[in-house]
Amino acid sequence: MNMNTAPGFKEILSHAETEYQAMIRQFAVKSAELTTRFFHLFGVEEVVRTLKTLAIQEKWKSLASHHTTLTHSLVDSLNLPALWTDSGYATEELEKVDASITLCDAMIAQTGSLFINSRTCGGRALSILPPHHIVLATPEQLLPDLPTAYQHMQDKYKDNYPSMMSLVTGPSRTGDIERILVLGAHGPRKLTVILVEKLS
Amino acid sequence: MISSVFFLMAGYNSFLNGLDTQYSSIGTFEMKITLFAPCFMDAMFPDVAMNAVKIFESLGHQVDAPEELACCGQPAFNTGYWDEARNVASKVVERLYDVEALVLPSGSCTAMIHKFYPELFKGHPLEEKANRLAAHTWEFSDFLVTRLGVTDLGASFPAKVTFHDGCHGLRELGIHDQPRALLANVRGLTLIEMERVQCCGFGGTFSAKFPSISSSLGESKVAMVMKTGADYVVSNDSSCLMHIQGVADKQRKLIKSIHLIDILVRHE
Amino acid sequence: MNNNAQKFQEDAARICADSTHRQIIGTALDKYAQGRDKKIAEFQNWEQARESAAQIKQEGLDDMEALLRTLTKKLTKRGTHVYRAPTGADACRIVLNILKQNGAKTMVKSKSMTSEEIHLNEALEKEGYRPIESDLGEFIVQLRQEPPYHIVFPAMHLTRYQISDLFQDKLGSEPTENPEELTMIARKNLRREYVQADVGFTGANFAVAETGMISVTENEGNSRLSASLPKIMITLIGIEKVVPRMQDLSLLLPMLATVGAAQSISCYNTLYSGPRQPDECDGPEEYHVILLDNGRSRLAKDSTFREILRCIRCGSCINVCPIYRNVGGHAYNATYPGPIGSVLMPRLFDLQTYKHLSFACSLCGACRDMCPVKINLPHLLLKNREAASTTQPKFFEKLAFKAMSLLFNKPFFWKWGKRMGWIGQKFHPLIEGSVIDPAQCWTATRKAPKLKWKSFKDLWKKHSK
Repeated sequence: MNMNTAPGFKEILSHAETEYQAMIRQFAVKSAELTTRFFHLFGVEEVVRTLKTLAIQEKWKSLASHHTTLTHSLVDSLNLPALWTDSGYATEELEKVDASITLCDAMIAQTGSLFINSRTCGGRALSILPPHHIVLATPEQLLPDLPTAYQHMQDKYKDNYPSMMSLVTGPSRTGDIERILVLGAHGPRKLTVILVEKLS
Repeated sequence: MISSVFFLMAGYNSFLNGLDTQYSSIGTFEMKITLFAPCFMDAMFPDVAMNAVKIFESLGHQVDAPEELACCGQPAFNTGYWDEARNVASKVVERLYDVEALVLPSGSCTAMIHKFYPELFKGHPLEEKANRLAAHTWEFSDFLVTRLGVTDLGASFPAKVTFHDGCHGLRELGIHDQPRALLANVRGLTLIEMERVQCCGFGGTFSAKFPSISSSLGESKVAMVMKTGADYVVSNDSSCLMHIQGVADKQRKLIKSIHLIDILVRHE
Repeated sequence: MNNNAQKFQEDAARICADSTHRQIIGTALDKYAQGRDKKIAEFQNWEQARESAAQIKQEGLDDMEALLRTLTKKLTKRGTHVYRAPTGADACRIVLNILKQNGAKTMVKSKSMTSEEIHLNEALEKEGYRPIESDLGEFIVQLRQEPPYHIVFPAMHLTRYQISDLFQDKLGSEPTENPEELTMIARKNLRREYVQADVGFTGANFAVAETGMISVTENEGNSRLSASLPKIMITLIGIEKVVPRMQDLSLLLPMLATVGAAQSISCYNTLYSGPRQPDECDGPEEYHVILLDNGRSRLAKDSTFREILRCIRCGSCINVCPIYRNVGGHAYNATYPGPIGSVLMPRLFDLQTYKHLSFACSLCGACRDMCPVKINLPHLLLKNREAASTTQPKFFEKLAFKAMSLLFNKPFFWKWGKRMGWIGQKFHPLIEGSVIDPAQCWTATRKAPKLKWKSFKDLWKKHSK
């Protein structure tokens, strides 16, 4: 069989929506299955309100993030001690924070996944060590399916890839005890994805 | 009524075959069918094979059963003794390579000839003949349904049954729907499927080499059969039935096994 | 019969008779099977997916050496140290050297069956190092000092009660029946290790030649921690895991998760291409990738057996194997149990030592139908049997088959053989199933079917007259 004549992966894999609103719907449904919390918000103000609620509900004492304009404005408005991994950090300190906020490369509707990387998402540990990982995404980052997502990463980084790129799907989990699902095996127990629409 | 449906189907089928160059010689409806009753069936379940003869004859076909052949060579083949297997299989190939259709009332032995002879005789002087034979070899239920287009033999058997798929028939030959199509037309019969499709644990020489594993598989099979509440366990492979029955009898579990062919000749 | 084969017979018989054990395994496998079938149904074309996956992996094998060169070149360019280990002992030595050179003491490991294959933990412990398994299942079996029960579900043979007792005993934790609490006990214990460990070690699922990356699939996040916190990271990967393109992962990863763990896609699928880069804020200072051969390049040249190298270690053949379901994972006494192991163990290691595994199969073919890369496992088992019986035939077995040829090929012998058997069977009930029964291997657990005085051949002769 020749690769050129073989049906493309998109025709083989599970169904993926391609229209924007349908992709959001599919991502939301997949998130529910995965126990990822998904918010579709309009403007930074809504994001701030959402994070404040989370901080109160979960009694955050501190959090960690990496330097970007968006993360700065969010973290500042939360009024909590913050650790910035890209300014250098001690593992013990990062381990103590209650939540981490990062950006991402892509959101994938087909599977409810995210692509993150070690260069623009605050390093390797920020998204795996704290108990709650919060991901911020923008509309153009929402992609239909895995083949598109991998293509996106290749186009974006060409021959200058970050040393780590991770396709994250739901919070950390294990089924190693009697095949009963337990969340938060080693990584975050909670994963929150916030798709932020710009206010015109 | 039933027979007229059958004649229509068979006629349609022979028309289709007429289009197929491989079978272009079969212009007429009557076929010469060679029936090979495998060794264990010959010795232990002769009635099943005789009933197959009766079915074919009642359908108006000519039947031949080679008297000088006893076994297809599978036991030696599966145990890795391919020379010894060829020794037995060569005789089968020489005697049967030019048959119109070879039918075996066993999925396992059919798989041996249809699927494994070409490999066993690769590079052997008999290769071509083995390949020809393989192409003309059929498992009984597959032959009836796929080749002859027969699914209703007018049988009636008022009982609840469950069907065990012999693994070789199921996975080497893709036989799943054919026996069920035949059972669906048996009057009074109810088919209850088991919870899982699983091997009965026989596996030929495996059953003697690893008796504890083999019989524990047999035990799970017996349990699955019992769970259906069926009166009979039916199969198109006598070897599986022999194993299931053997395990059940030893454990004093009341299970009755019956070959598909034996049901198809019942008129109760 | 060699010792290995003898032990297998005994262990298998013991576990087959243990109905509680069988029930634990059966329940776990049924749960998996339901989920798996649902996930398979979500594919638009599962059969085509298998076809394409097999083709990708085959492409990787056909071009393996060239792809490995590209992989090595790209990894090296980004500061990764790449090694080629011809044998398991070589790979262990490489790991030890890395530890020694860095004055490292502890190493956190995430799941790696390849490291089990080369007995890395034993090699490290012998030199005074402390490898810590961090995958929950692996952590549990390490505490029990036993090998993984399954290549994907290492602790599937244990109940939560047994695990609670184990944690109480080894970790001094409070007893609990709650799997979540048990998981948290392990999490807490292992967090300490992560923060302190000098070296993080991972296995790998694929290597992408095109971009020079190692792909690691996991659900727990332990692998990602191993790759984030310690200052040195080591990955051990079999050379057959190389695939040509990054895009291939968009098919292979969901397939691996589907048949491996009944998930659409695993929680973390991570690509590593090097140590911490200048524009990055954390990550290991050194990244070492060990490409393990251990018989693989020899297998790749074997026209019959090379397809076994397509295996992506999803464990789906194991999960559908009725033998595994009954004898469990430890009876095999092999790194890779079930159908894959019964083909691979005799091929990677010694045919004579492991040949009994190839015979311990009813050839039902369920494994082949489930294999996501379409490996014809029963056929390869038959080929192993052929090789074993040709190179070292069992005298009496060969004699028996020679006698059977005679019996089957001479109608006179066949006819009278059956009749003698019929007569013999009249006396059989006296000894049936006992140790002096010549058919004991059948009759100990099964009733013998009865021979008929009039065989089909007799009936046919009368009928055709």
